[in-house]
Amino acid sequence: MSKTIKLKKGYDIKLVGEAQQQVVAAVMPKTFAIKPQEFRHTKFKVVVEVGTEVKAGTPLMFDKAHPELQITSPVSGEVVEVRRGDKRVLEAIVILADGKTEYVDFGAASPNQLSADDIKSKLLASGAWAFLRQRPYNVLANPNELPKSIFISGFDTAPLAPAVDFALAGEAAAFQAGIDAIKKMTGVNIHLNLHSSKSKSEVLTQAKNVTINKIEGMHPAGNVGVQIHHLDAIKKGERVWHIHPCDVVIIGRLFLTGKLDMTRVIAATGSEFEKPQYYKTIVGAQLASVIEGNVKAGKVRIITGNVLTGTQASAEGFLGFYDQQITAIPEGDDLEFLGWLVPSYPRPDISKSFLSGWFKNRSYKANTNMHGEERAFVVTGQYEQVLPMDILPTFLLKSIIYKDIEEMEELGIYEIAEEDMALCEFVCTSKIPVQKIIREGLDLMYQEEQ
Amino acid sequence: MKFLKDKILEFRPQFEKGGKYEKFHTVFDGFSTFLFTPDHVTHGGTHIKAGIDLKRTMFFVVIAMVPALLFGMYNVGHQHFISNGEFLGYGEGLIDKLIYGAIKVLPVVVVSYGVGLGIEFFIASKKGHAINEGFLVSGLLIPLVMPPAIPLWMVAVATAFAVIFAKEVFGGTGMNILNVALTARVFLFFAYPTFMSGDTVWIAEKADAYSGATALANSIAGSPGYSISDMMLGFIPGSVGETSKIAILIGAAFLVITGIGSWKIMLSVLMGAAFMGLVFNGLALNEFMQVPFYYHFLMGGLVFGAVFMATDPVTAAQTERGKWYYGFLIGLMAVMIRVFNPAYPEGIMLAILFGNVMAPLIDYFVVQANIKRRRLVRA
Repeated sequence: MSKTIKLKKGYDIKLVGEAQQQVVAAVMPKTFAIKPQEFRHTKFKVVVEVGTEVKAGTPLMFDKAHPELQITSPVSGEVVEVRRGDKRVLEAIVILADGKTEYVDFGAASPNQLSADDIKSKLLASGAWAFLRQRPYNVLANPNELPKSIFISGFDTAPLAPAVDFALAGEAAAFQAGIDAIKKMTGVNIHLNLHSSKSKSEVLTQAKNVTINKIEGMHPAGNVGVQIHHLDAIKKGERVWHIHPCDVVIIGRLFLTGKLDMTRVIAATGSEFEKPQYYKTIVGAQLASVIEGNVKAGKVRIITGNVLTGTQASAEGFLGFYDQQITAIPEGDDLEFLGWLVPSYPRPDISKSFLSGWFKNRSYKANTNMHGEERAFVVTGQYEQVLPMDILPTFLLKSIIYKDIEEMEELGIYEIAEEDMALCEFVCTSKIPVQKIIREGLDLMYQEEQ
Repeated sequence: MKFLKDKILEFRPQFEKGGKYEKFHTVFDGFSTFLFTPDHVTHGGTHIKAGIDLKRTMFFVVIAMVPALLFGMYNVGHQHFISNGEFLGYGEGLIDKLIYGAIKVLPVVVVSYGVGLGIEFFIASKKGHAINEGFLVSGLLIPLVMPPAIPLWMVAVATAFAVIFAKEVFGGTGMNILNVALTARVFLFFAYPTFMSGDTVWIAEKADAYSGATALANSIAGSPGYSISDMMLGFIPGSVGETSKIAILIGAAFLVITGIGSWKIMLSVLMGAAFMGLVFNGLALNEFMQVPFYYHFLMGGLVFGAVFMATDPVTAAQTERGKWYYGFLIGLMAVMIRVFNPAYPEGIMLAILFGNVMAPLIDYFVVQANIKRRRLVRA
């Protein structure tokens, strides 16, 4: 049953450097990488070594807990590095692309003619399973479990987020095939949540086999966590899966063509891109392919993902498995005379003590300065303004800090992931590392459950 | 500014760990971060942060108190001169009144900041953490809630007591249970009652023949003894900052418009006081109960407390719903204490401290309601 949800709380951070709606084919990068750290709480066994020849879809590693769950190569070529960090933590498996991109053939077949088990084994064998993620904890979906529902957010409200509508253009068949496969495999309700006014693409609005809900509101209304909270809240022991619509397309292609084609349209955004625009590239691509020649001079921070939840990277870094966006903003490592009192340049804020609190439609050029120092919790009521959920954020954070598991459960930790409270961290007067605390809480709960 | 910036960057390493002046790191840090927002950048978490920080928040509260402070200085002079039969008109001898008031009030401000910040700097450097901005507000609140005739040494003792026992023993700004400035005042009230009540303390160097009783003291007999406009504008004896409701409301408007102060708490304190006042008007068992309820806003420090002290986010209820209960309770208690305790008719001070103590309990119930709702919805 489709629902309409209106959310009043939240805040759209408007920044300079929105991507123009034009797609440029990125230069084919020489190297690609899979970064195992992106899959939290999963311990992998690497099955390739330096020199192994791989095709797009060849397994690189598998989950030790569920050996059938594999992560596969996005391109064809040769493994050139298995990078390990401190304590031999697996950091990256780097592949030198051969430029031809040969695919492993998993066999084209309409999902409607396959059994649920066939679909599952195809997703697992191809590595496309890894696009399915689970709440709570925001980890890989467990192939031995079934969720109570699956969520797809058809719009992204994060700062400078790519327009999902635009990224999906022309992918109607693959998107529907992906939906059909997931529906057939699980049999559970798939919620496809669209923005009540902004989502216009027929790829989304005409999708079948899904429950379409309309959501109205500012960021984080586009986050699946917020949507799950309002449509099918998670209680202890329950599982909900979620997947990005662009990844549904990749799954769809797998069934339409038999190939794992991880091509994706990403947005290069932010004030420090000469031309913020969309690029067609492949999961795991080295960032230099998008950045070189397009980033302004000076100290620039490159972020894979958005400014709230993304990861700091360099031109040598790689596009993440779930990243739909790259952001470039100026570093803010400069002293600012009386910056706390009379800001020398405009900055985004919800506080009405700044002009920006009054002019919410202006776009700002934000940098990475902390704009203050970390302090104890003092100001109250700020987090509540930007969290459209029936959750008491400060009390949840405090319960995590003093590690009271029962209280964390009662206050709704299962319904939260870091990204849902990223805005709380942005607005915080005391500069509390909210996402880090939430992650610690989720890690603690996850370990308790094992 | 470039020169200053270069100097700070040049000297900074010497104050850091292993540097020549390592011991003075806290002091250097305190002053340099005040002059220049530091060049710290984000690591992990969000890559951009909002512009607001605790310095700005606290400083805005200080700005909001300036009208009350300026009027307070004038009124200290005004009350002094009219008690001696001089400059009876409001505008007469304006300069003399301001200068006299400044001579009385500014030393209190200096002592309050000096003692409080001194202790803060000392403890921060002992513990090796950064100076917290909380005392910027407490340091100005203390002079504003003092009687004009307060001896400076008492201000020093009270400030030291409040900073150490109300704040630092709990862990500093953000950890305290009781409002720091009110703790200073309540300390003096119980330790030196003769300097904090009666008819002599509310006017500096009052002529003996002049009454000098506050509106609240007069109300025991059923009437405040001052006109509504005098009480609204503030031409009455009282603590330095509390007399002019207009000056306080200017500050309140500033706090509410900038979003720094909680309008919910301000409004609910006034609602609680009005409610209790109306109940008393209805019962009308003694003369004080018959004083019209709206007089409670005009007399004493109720409005000052509602705007600047009940709204202290650290000691107030921290849930949005809890703020309503918290404020209402304070307003209710303040009027109740005023009417039932004629020995010391000002109730807002004890009512806010009572509210501070009850705030965690109020929050507890709000949190439990949230938990119960989650259980029901998710069951």
